[in-house]
Amino acid sequence: MCGIVGLFLKNGALEPRLGALLSGMLCTMTDRGPDSAGFAVYGTGAEGLKLTLRAADPALLADALDGMRRDLGLACEATARDTHTVLTLAASDEARVRAWLGAHARGIEVVGAGRRMEIFKEVGLPRAVAERFDLAAMTGSHAIGHTRMATESAVTTDGAHPFSTGRDECLVHNGSLSNHNGLRRRLEREGLAFATRNDSEVAAGYLTWRMRAGASLKEALESSLSDLDGFFTFVVGTETGFAVVRDPIACKPAVMAETDDYVAFGSEYRALVGLPGIEAARVFEPEPARVYAWERH
Amino acid sequence: MPTFDLRLAPLRALNGALHALAPETDQTHWTVLNPDGRHAIACGLDAPVSVEIEGNAGYYCAGMNKRASILVAGNAGVGVAENMMSGFVRVRGDASQSAGATAHGGTLVIDGNAGARCGISMKGVDILVKGSVGHMSAFMAQAGTLTVLGDAGEALGDSLYEARLYVRGRVTSLGADCVEKEMRDVHRAELHARLQAAGLAGEVDPGEFRRFGSARTLYHFHVDNAGAY
Repeated sequence: MCGIVGLFLKNGALEPRLGALLSGMLCTMTDRGPDSAGFAVYGTGAEGLKLTLRAADPALLADALDGMRRDLGLACEATARDTHTVLTLAASDEARVRAWLGAHARGIEVVGAGRRMEIFKEVGLPRAVAERFDLAAMTGSHAIGHTRMATESAVTTDGAHPFSTGRDECLVHNGSLSNHNGLRRRLEREGLAFATRNDSEVAAGYLTWRMRAGASLKEALESSLSDLDGFFTFVVGTETGFAVVRDPIACKPAVMAETDDYVAFGSEYRALVGLPGIEAARVFEPEPARVYAWERH
Repeated sequence: MPTFDLRLAPLRALNGALHALAPETDQTHWTVLNPDGRHAIACGLDAPVSVEIEGNAGYYCAGMNKRASILVAGNAGVGVAENMMSGFVRVRGDASQSAGATAHGGTLVIDGNAGARCGISMKGVDILVKGSVGHMSAFMAQAGTLTVLGDAGEALGDSLYEARLYVRGRVTSLGADCVEKEMRDVHRAELHARLQAAGLAGEVDPGEFRRFGSARTLYHFHVDNAGAY
């Protein structure tokens, strides 16, 4: 089943409330996905690069940070939130940090990287997950979220969304793909790396691959309609963009609302009820096989 | 004139109160405030009362309706008036997928657009959509009418048994065994009655519509198709 939500602010005055609004949307979708939850928030831009790291035991993250400061002389800021830590470092340090983590830090995953994007996901009820990471206090321009009802693989943090396969790029998915194994092999030959066997991660990787080749977010999603087989409603974020697409038979539900202040997506209208001015919003169901995309200027 | 605010009272209390109405009740006009997209609002009614829902409804609103008149002032989610038996349901905004699915009777009027599979497996309901309908509408429809003032998406009337489909706008494509048929006087009269029931008599010309129906070639097993099973 699963629930997905997204909020893209057009009015900067709402940015301090982004996390609180998304938290309300996410928690409403608990009925559709009580197993785990996750979200990506596009907040303040870093001078360098933000790396979101995750470990089941937060002590591992603190140890790794000490180790990197000691071994690499790494200069970075670190913000710990429960099982995740966001490192802000010089972009030129990314490769040696990843190498150090690979060599010394078993049990630590890099869940996302970007100038603005931070990703948090965990097993548990959406409200508990939102509270562990203090989503309500987060600020930013846009955010996407997912509540998972696992149907085909175990309830683990690895299986939780969003998935990120490129800088500042992430995706949440409601549905299931049927050609992801073949596509994953093809994308691996193209140089993409995947952390899980999950179908949604392949969709994220596909978009990364298209955008790396020069496609816009909208173009990448348009070509996904012919290259991905299966059921999907995707909500996708990039550093400046936000987009939605549904498969051609519109298997999974979707509702959108647009006002002068924001564009919002929910698997069901219920998720949008708490948004400011929703009574006067243009509420519509996105059409099948049509890409809806917005870009910040 | 009972009023139910769904932010103050649980949905089950509303549906329970509506189900408990005696046939001769004088509480004939109900107002529902703050529906907030909740699912299964005013489902399973069997009384000649009217219910006005002041906002957007979730899934299966007015499902299984018998005799009641139900108005949704906003949009309706998946399966509005699904399996309706009789009565009248009107959506002032858009309806999501599977509007009027499997409905046996009554009238469903949608002022806006309806999503995919509108009237899927309909069994006698009269559906009128002032906007357009999505793909696979009237899929396996068995009886009743689907009237569309706007356009119809892909595969209209796929695997149709009976049912009459009237479309004023463009039809993207017809589904298997669905064909265009001649508009005779009997059909113009039927369409006029449907428009009248939706308050459109005199505003919309039945002569602007095309009629679609079943070619009836899928009715019976044909030995040439044996290999397909």
